[in-house]
Amino acid sequence: MRKGWFLPTAAILGFTFLYAPIISLVVFSFNENRLVTVWSGFSLKWYGELFADPQILGAAGLSLQIAFASASIALVLGTLMAIALVRFRRFRGRTMLAGMISAPLVMPDVITGLSLLLLFVAMESLFGWPAGRGTMTIIIAHTTFCMAYVFVVVQSRLVDMDISLEEAAMDLGATPLRVFIDITLPIIAPALISGWLLGFTLSLDDLVISSFVSGPGSSTLPMVIFSKIKLGVSPDVNALATIIIGLVALGVGVATALQLRGQRKPYSRVGRAQK
Amino acid sequence: MPKQPLIAADARPWRDATAKPFVRINNVTKKFADVAAVSDVSLEIYQGELFCLLGGSGSGKSTLLRMLAGFETPTAGTIEIDGQDMTAVPPYSRPVNMMFQSYALFPHMNVEQNIAYGLKRENIAATEVGQRVNELLALVKLAEYGKRKPHQLSGGQRQRVALARALAKRPKLLLLDEPLGALDKKLREETQFELVKIQETLGVTFIVVTHDQEEAMSLATRIGVMNQGEIAQIGEPTDIYEFPNSRFVANFIGSANMFEGVVTEDESDHITISSAEAGCDIYVDHGVDCAPEQRLWWAIRPEKIVLSRQRPDGATNVTRGLVDDIGYLGDTSVYQIVLDSGKQVRVTKANTRRGDLDAIKWDERVYLSWAGNAGSVLTA
Repeated sequence: MRKGWFLPTAAILGFTFLYAPIISLVVFSFNENRLVTVWSGFSLKWYGELFADPQILGAAGLSLQIAFASASIALVLGTLMAIALVRFRRFRGRTMLAGMISAPLVMPDVITGLSLLLLFVAMESLFGWPAGRGTMTIIIAHTTFCMAYVFVVVQSRLVDMDISLEEAAMDLGATPLRVFIDITLPIIAPALISGWLLGFTLSLDDLVISSFVSGPGSSTLPMVIFSKIKLGVSPDVNALATIIIGLVALGVGVATALQLRGQRKPYSRVGRAQK
Repeated sequence: MPKQPLIAADARPWRDATAKPFVRINNVTKKFADVAAVSDVSLEIYQGELFCLLGGSGSGKSTLLRMLAGFETPTAGTIEIDGQDMTAVPPYSRPVNMMFQSYALFPHMNVEQNIAYGLKRENIAATEVGQRVNELLALVKLAEYGKRKPHQLSGGQRQRVALARALAKRPKLLLLDEPLGALDKKLREETQFELVKIQETLGVTFIVVTHDQEEAMSLATRIGVMNQGEIAQIGEPTDIYEFPNSRFVANFIGSANMFEGVVTEDESDHITISSAEAGCDIYVDHGVDCAPEQRLWWAIRPEKIVLSRQRPDGATNVTRGLVDDIGYLGDTSVYQIVLDSGKQVRVTKANTRRGDLDAIKWDERVYLSWAGNAGSVLTA
């Protein structure tokens, strides 16, 4: 392609548009001034203040617990669903079912949150469980959308995998369970890890769905930030946001790297094209 | 190199009516949603054989192999291996191993671990596993490569690892799905003979699926030609080539010139076929199970026709044609001859003389002749 100024400029503008707000937030988190938008010198004092705030620390701990639990449950459920749909004999409506699993990815959070809230209320009045809204209901809610992500990631890895690897292991005397442990799991492991990390990050990020299904005393970190913002932007929120950006970037980065590593290794397709 | 001289005449159990087959496939049918991939196939394979299932894509050969391995269950019929009914036995409990077309080497294990995988499933002591793995690595000439991962090997090396892994459990029966399909031509020819050597050294029964007729001809003790889910013909390579039983087999194996004709003379020691396409009466010097006036086909291999400028003396079958095209292949030349009837005939001639200036050229009118037993009479 011909070298020119137009495409590089467009790219630079696009990236500026995306990242300027984030960069300014990170920069101002090191601002010494109490006024967020007035720079008066470098300081880490807002980070210090942040780690002295029990409300924020508590909310952060809760968010991490919820993210860990819901990503882990979603990993198991999403993987099972992916295996069921990929490995099952072709049947009518398989494509539709696969589409339905990934629908929560595009569903507006408000609707997901509202529908879950209605379900929890109805369940409580019918079976008495879950009793009230709290950590448990947030974990269940997060599991539902994390599962969709895990499903998509694991499914694409399974589709890529040469089924004759499993058949070969079975042929050599491995029972179906052994085949799963010895062959399938190690081969899809990168997808499992990246699915889990993706779920963990998304759960950590979520505000809307959590707000619907949380109860008293179970405010997640995004909810605390949001409520603090309503009282005016304070610099310690900038510091907190910077930490979250760092964590999320790390999670997404590792997940993507694992995903790419899985794709680049040519062995899953060895010999397949020669038919 | 023909496979035939390597086995003594008495080592052909399929010619012995009292021999007990090792694999017995009885009226097996496999349907995938109403479409029969394999229909009513019966086959008997003997101990120590190298049996080739030969067919085009969609002929059902791979499905038959997968049923032997246990990955597919027959819709009808039974499969017996070594006297035991295996029809409903899952793949992990069969005394059978398979070498996959894609090789299916476990990517996260090295060569040794791949080969040892089957042995470890049998709870064999670690020292013995190590010993067996080393033996197998030596057998396939990969002793130096035990610690490599599959993606660090060449195609030929992977193929040998796959073979070693499939042989590790000392199966009574080894199934090979297009074992040489992914190799290039040169390597394929070398590996072919290595495969036969290994098979003969170990005495394992091999069933090989292939679409490559040359491969089948040079490997097999017997070939089963498959067409549309059915066995078209079973026989030794020479039988299949020289005595095809149908137009399909004659055309599928090698190439054949096919003439349609009508029986005009039907004696016990010869028949005569009148064929407008051939431009002459075809004299066949043996009796054939047919009736006078019956419409049938006569097939002749390109190398069985002799070309000459002068009418050959005393030949019973002679016709004329014009050289339309010549393909020089080095060892042989392929002549496309148009007969006076307009029928195209393919004749091959070995280039026994170097730079032959007297060779037959384009646009020459030539005589085509053949012996009375050179062709096959086909009624199907």
